[in-house]
Amino acid sequence: MKILKKTTLLFVLLLSGLWLHAQGEPATMADTMRSNGRIYVVVAVVLTILTGLILYLVRLDRKISRFEKD
Amino acid sequence: MHKSWWKITAVVLLVYTFIMGFLGEVPRLPLLQETIRNLYFHVCMWFAMMILFTASVVNSIRYLRTFQYKYDIYARHFAVVAIVFGLLGYATGAIWASFTWADPNKPATDSFSTIARDPKLIGAAIALLVYFAYLILRDSIQDMDKKARISAVYNIFAYAILFPAIWILPRILPSLHPGNDGENPALDVKNDIDGSMRLVFYPAVIGWTLLGVWITTLKIRLSLLNEKKMSA
Repeated sequence: MKILKKTTLLFVLLLSGLWLHAQGEPATMADTMRSNGRIYVVVAVVLTILTGLILYLVRLDRKISRFEKD
Repeated sequence: MHKSWWKITAVVLLVYTFIMGFLGEVPRLPLLQETIRNLYFHVCMWFAMMILFTASVVNSIRYLRTFQYKYDIYARHFAVVAIVFGLLGYATGAIWASFTWADPNKPATDSFSTIARDPKLIGAAIALLVYFAYLILRDSIQDMDKKARISAVYNIFAYAILFPAIWILPRILPSLHPGNDGENPALDVKNDIDGSMRLVFYPAVIGWTLLGVWITTLKIRLSLLNEKKMSA
């Protein structure tokens, strides 16, 4: 439990750091995401969907493994 | 997770496919333009389907050699997932065709009547319908031994029809789909820049197939659990 709390805190700190960093940038940030006709945005969307589907499969796999052990 | 190395391989290959599929260099072809990237998605559906149907028929033969019921369960689930991939291949092909084969100067119904007559589409439809019949046949027989035996034999026939329907007939008849006159339906990409498309296409085929196998193993494990529960 302690470890969980510590890691969550660490994540929150890291993320807030990222956010502050992003605020300090000039308006031309995320250049890659805006270049090349913004095809990178499509790649990001597709990869998000893929990640979601894979995570779903992993969860199913784990669940079935648990059933098999019983 | 259960035996995870090849599942990780599948994920890595699919991520690679999606990144390189959109960002990689492709030849500049008239008409096809950027849609040539569908090679990594639409064509892979059919490759995965073919490999999964092969796995299905292999398991049916294994059942007929050993009469162990689990092989029949394997065969059924491989066939189901293969059908899903086949339907996805059909749907993606319909979208692709409506932007490349359809004549924008004619009413949509005219284009549809030419496209619907295409022997490759009819062949694929026949193959899928034959496999629908496999599922109906298998799931409608109550007696377990009969169910397994009849459906295993039928599966071999279905595979024997699948081959001419999607590999041989469409190559002999004239078609809009690439792959006439003994040409290769997927890999004769003109001006394929130094085979760079192949560097994405082959990993894509493996990635999609492994994803299909993963889904199949989940379904198999569930139905084996069910069998165990029923017999206990």
